[in-house]
Amino acid sequence: MQEQPSLLVSQQPKPVLLDVTNVAFLTKGPYSFSVAAGECVGLSGRSGIGKTQLLRAMADLIPCTGNVVLNGIDAQKIPAPRWRQMVGMVPADPQWWFDLVGDHFPKNEQMDTLLPTLERLGFAMDVLNWEVSRLSTGERQRLALIRALVPEPIVLLLDEPSSALDATHTNSLEELLAELRQSKELGIVWVSHDPAQLRRVANRIFTLEEHTLLEIVTNRTNMLPERLSQA
Amino acid sequence: MNVISLTTFDLAIAALLLLVLAGVSMALSLGLEKKIIIFSGRMIAQLLFIGLVLRYLFANADGWLILLMSLVMLGAAGREVQARQKRRIRGVAGYLIGTGAMFISSFSVTLLALVVIIGVEPWYTPQYAIPLLGMLLGNTMTGISLAADRLSSQFYEQRNVIEQRLMLGQSWQEASSDIRRDCMRTGMMPIINSMAAAGIVSLPGMMTGQILGGTPPVEAVKYQILIILLIAAGTGFGVITAIWMTGRHLFDQRHRLRLDCLLGKR
Repeated sequence: MQEQPSLLVSQQPKPVLLDVTNVAFLTKGPYSFSVAAGECVGLSGRSGIGKTQLLRAMADLIPCTGNVVLNGIDAQKIPAPRWRQMVGMVPADPQWWFDLVGDHFPKNEQMDTLLPTLERLGFAMDVLNWEVSRLSTGERQRLALIRALVPEPIVLLLDEPSSALDATHTNSLEELLAELRQSKELGIVWVSHDPAQLRRVANRIFTLEEHTLLEIVTNRTNMLPERLSQA
Repeated sequence: MNVISLTTFDLAIAALLLLVLAGVSMALSLGLEKKIIIFSGRMIAQLLFIGLVLRYLFANADGWLILLMSLVMLGAAGREVQARQKRRIRGVAGYLIGTGAMFISSFSVTLLALVVIIGVEPWYTPQYAIPLLGMLLGNTMTGISLAADRLSSQFYEQRNVIEQRLMLGQSWQEASSDIRRDCMRTGMMPIINSMAAAGIVSLPGMMTGQILGGTPPVEAVKYQILIILLIAAGTGFGVITAIWMTGRHLFDQRHRLRLDCLLGKR
């Protein structure tokens, strides 16, 4: 309980990590918004409106117009693989291509840094020896988040990261991400169809429309989820 | 040994077999009869035509004519590689990839064989150049088109896996490495099977033809070994070229998978 005060709300304005300016793709956009250090931006909107495509545009996976800038450096000036390590993305339907879970993690990954994250989301170290075919959808989703954290991204793009999780695991996942926002100033863009979840985790919530982003909730002073900031 | 000349009647008997097969297909509702008849007719017309062309070329061994003939054959092979794919590459790029791979697999290997291995003078002597190029084009085309077809299909079907790997910071080469390796195996499989079966399960066509034409068996075997080795090397290089060019074309400079470069499934 001694450490709880360190999780309290920071009232200081944080520097902008990710700046999205006039990003447009296909017939959607232009969209502009920014993500500050340690901030979580929630994105909602009806199915098919382009939330996932906007995340893919930010991860530089699809061509788009406009600018995506990370810490003042334009995406196009950074080699794409490096960009995607700094701006990590967890898709709604994570993919696995080897037989064993461990083969999807870098071989030289420091186990002492991986283990706590695995444990936080309810796994033991031996999960790395499990066969992917044994995993439930929820386990795949939690492991996909852990895998995306390995390159230590500066900004994380999450596409419905807890859609297959029960309340307990959703809670663990939200708390882990909140701590990373606090300790590593991780910026997050969080897509969800669950308004209650977005209200819990996000500082600002936008609704995506065909050609604009509507800011529906702003809570810039609260840089952490409600339950942590109330702790 | 004199070759027994085949009459039109002899060929008609063989053609009758296919007519019977077409009849069986119709009776069993297999729906193959139209294709059997059309492609048999097309094959006969093409071979009769090439027979006349070769007769003319043998009588007039002009280097430019041989080169022109070779380019026509190469262009047709490139088109075939593209045409056999379920998900073809949009625009002229698909044709260029097919032709480029066939050039590597057949044109350059044939030239090497004519100049360095066989050492025929002049190198464009049509009795050697045209059949050799034809053998290489025909045989390497199967492996190359199989590999290219599988590659574009796999890129489409496994797009989520590829993008997931890209999301984790892999380059396009890393993200598609398993697929490309699998396609390499697919492309090489026919020639590897053919090498495994040569002389035990089957007598290769060229050797059989030479023996029927009166060439001593050992001489025919030596040429057949040469041809199979050239086909295997040509297929390997051609498949590598097709896979690399297709991969390069379907990913852009930012390592993004560009499935918009593919046409819809046929």
